[in-house]
Amino acid sequence: MITYILRRLVAGVGLLLVVSMVVFAIFFLVPRVAGADADTLAARYVGKSPSPEAVAAVKERLNLDDPIAVQYAEFVKGLVMGTDYDSGTDVIHCSAPCFGYSFNNNLEVWPQLVDRLPVTASLAAGAAVIWLGAGVSIGVLSALRRGTLIDRAAMVTALAGVSLPIFFTGLVSLALLSYQWQIFPPGGSYTPLLDNPLEWAYGLILPWLTLAFLYAAMYARMTRAGMLDTMGEDYIRTARAKGLPERTVVTKHGLRAALTPIITIFGLDLGLMLGGAVLTESTFSLPGLGKFAVDAIRANDLPVVLGVTMFTALFVVVANLLVDLLYVWVDPRVRAPS
Amino acid sequence: MKRRYLKLTALGVAASLGLCACGGTDSGDAAQNEAVDGIVRPTDEQGGTLTFAHSNEFDSMDPGNTYYAANWNFSRFYARRLVTYAQQPGEAGQELVPDLATDLGEVSDDGLTWTYTLKEGVKYQDGSPIVAEHIKYAIARSNFATDVINKGPTYFADLLDEDDYAGPYQDSDLDNFEAIETPDERTIVFHLKEPFGEFDYLATMPQTAPVPPDADTGTQYQTEVVSSGPYQFDGQWQPGSTLTLVRNEHYDPETDPLVRNLPDEIQLSFKQNADDIDNRLLSGDLLVGAAGVGVQTAARGRILRDDNLKARSDNPKTAFLFYFAINPNVAPFDNKACREAVLYGADKTQLQTAFGGPTAGDIATSLLPPVVPGYEEIDPYGTPNHEGDPDKTRAKLAECGHEDGFAANIAYRSDRPAGQKAAEALQASLSEYGITTDLKGYPSGTYTNEQAGSPEFVRQEELGIMIYGWGPDWNSGYGFLSQIVDGDAIKPAGNSNISELDNPEINKLLDEAAQSQDKQRREEIYARIDELAMDSATFLPFANRKVLLYRPEELTNVFVNPNYHMYDYVSLGVAQN
Repeated sequence: MITYILRRLVAGVGLLLVVSMVVFAIFFLVPRVAGADADTLAARYVGKSPSPEAVAAVKERLNLDDPIAVQYAEFVKGLVMGTDYDSGTDVIHCSAPCFGYSFNNNLEVWPQLVDRLPVTASLAAGAAVIWLGAGVSIGVLSALRRGTLIDRAAMVTALAGVSLPIFFTGLVSLALLSYQWQIFPPGGSYTPLLDNPLEWAYGLILPWLTLAFLYAAMYARMTRAGMLDTMGEDYIRTARAKGLPERTVVTKHGLRAALTPIITIFGLDLGLMLGGAVLTESTFSLPGLGKFAVDAIRANDLPVVLGVTMFTALFVVVANLLVDLLYVWVDPRVRAPS
Repeated sequence: MKRRYLKLTALGVAASLGLCACGGTDSGDAAQNEAVDGIVRPTDEQGGTLTFAHSNEFDSMDPGNTYYAANWNFSRFYARRLVTYAQQPGEAGQELVPDLATDLGEVSDDGLTWTYTLKEGVKYQDGSPIVAEHIKYAIARSNFATDVINKGPTYFADLLDEDDYAGPYQDSDLDNFEAIETPDERTIVFHLKEPFGEFDYLATMPQTAPVPPDADTGTQYQTEVVSSGPYQFDGQWQPGSTLTLVRNEHYDPETDPLVRNLPDEIQLSFKQNADDIDNRLLSGDLLVGAAGVGVQTAARGRILRDDNLKARSDNPKTAFLFYFAINPNVAPFDNKACREAVLYGADKTQLQTAFGGPTAGDIATSLLPPVVPGYEEIDPYGTPNHEGDPDKTRAKLAECGHEDGFAANIAYRSDRPAGQKAAEALQASLSEYGITTDLKGYPSGTYTNEQAGSPEFVRQEELGIMIYGWGPDWNSGYGFLSQIVDGDAIKPAGNSNISELDNPEINKLLDEAAQSQDKQRREEIYARIDELAMDSATFLPFANRKVLLYRPEELTNVFVNPNYHMYDYVSLGVAQN
């Protein structure tokens, strides 16, 4: 088991390295291939009417004249060992893991990522509880009541949930529930959990529900399909023939087997979401990683975009690892042969 | 919050009854556009929290490192300048009045020296006196240290008689910055290379707000700006987080020509969803949209359809012009008649509709916008009802040797829907005459620096027609025209004269205007430059931008600042009833 985990960890680090190369190439190599030179790249970091001196200073500070391989090596070195940046007035030490230094707002990327993580984690965790609970329950119920009014109603609602984009459901819910009826707080209302847990939850209810509506719908459909398959298996019939109570048959034999693909998807979804629930955060003006990434893309702030991408990749890799470990618990077949 | 929890429990009841609290509230005592020429709900009542929200963020909260009009407006809460604008709506508000200075600048006979004297008793937030040398330092850091402070304009660096000064971060001895003298604590003297008649306008820029050298932390100064105004930062500010301003106890309103201290507290939040900002404004949860560009399309429709909401809106003209530049260095536009064919063929009513209709802009017929002093109405390429003139278009096509039309490219910013629609409307107009165009979209973040603003790229990609928008740094013909028609302003990157107009007569007139101390003469020159620039057929102006601003009922002392073309932020108050 420990060897298995170590092997997966090493593979995860390798994967992150590959991701960093690809992302770095996209942001720093592709523009050059498309015709941008060091000056035009540097000009993205200065104001509306840049002087040649300003462009030259940024170029030097970002080492944009260096070969791309050297720039990448510097980036990786910063991740592992930290690095120093010349701010023009001072030399700033960027400690490891140094994801770079935003020249748009003149701050290190890493602390900004860390600052925004609790917002995204709060959003993702709350929504995940709702969508997993609601989605799986509705899916099971729908499968067990196949063809009934409950099944049809649940699936129509699920179809609506999957079809309606978050920027629509989010804005409609804000317009009605926040501004018209003033039941929930307006967009941009986020209180850190430790400051006031009640306010924290209250400010996040609408984003949770909006986000969970989409995912619960998907999970309900997946669970229903999985349960329908599983409940038709021979071992279910055997379990029933042995006289096991229906509840045990459904939960211990049916649902447990149907959960395997759900866990896989859940791990990936949660990992991706921890990297930023872009639409929900943008719609509700929540200062999380997703909103951070969108704003950085809009501002051409490449170090930030690179940092968020790496951060997201890290979460996906970790989530995958956890999913693999969960398999061992959920599915006895995984642990049996080795 | 209790109220909301109670309402939460009432949700089910309301939903089950199918209730909808639709409709507006009382229209109040004002009508649409009342804040354009007058003051809505005038009061001197103090108190409350004035809330702002921005869909993005300002380039920097450092008054020396910003180029956003909205921030030039907002930063007056904590950064007083040498000169400011009179606190009045309409034309009266374009008048310059001294702020930290006792008077407007005193200019020498040769026009090369401008002298200001600081008022007595002006202080920073810590109670220490504001001295002339700190204004000198502020200009040194913002104009001569562009390796660090690089987001604002550099007019002082361009105009001051200073060649070798390396900026205060590389050369901390301010005595080496000789173009500005501070013979005593209250006097500051500027020495120019050439006379510049509009120097007082430069003194309105936030770069003249004093900065104590000891407090300067370069780019990080924006996190703890030392206030010279009625409000100060509430502790150290983290970029991106909500900025809270609280009263500066050392501010003396007696030294201030403006009343800018009504609210007890000011909050500015960033990176808020733009549509959500509008919803919060309409519901009264938020008082001001900080960007000053008006509401989004969805809210615009809602406001214009509802008389009550409309009565609380203002739709001022701005000095912002949208136009298509026609580059004479890209064939076939090297032939003037081909350029004129485009000017006569364009249906400006369609361009206006695509751009957002009359609420988003009036049809433009000249370069100078009507709100800029010196504007004279001209329409040298006028067509019936602005819908294009088929006969003249075909005649010009024949004259330029392309009777059946020609092919060209139109560049636009791909992430600006209104501009894209305008480009599509122009494409449709021109296609009627056989002028076939390819639309080429580029990101707005790189449009000026790398594509439309790079003459080399323009030639390489044959960008004959390019959409552009332009507003003045200060409300004068020079402020508007100098960067877009002056041949000397053409740059290899970040070029704003994207028509690449280099007309010796225009260049000479601009120099003459810059040096003239006679306002009336300057305005005559600007009108003449407008004629000449239009005559070059390198500009197709189509919209003088208007914005739709909304003023919630709780907002008091509201009027549109005629220089920033948005609400005068520092005048605003919060109703206390």
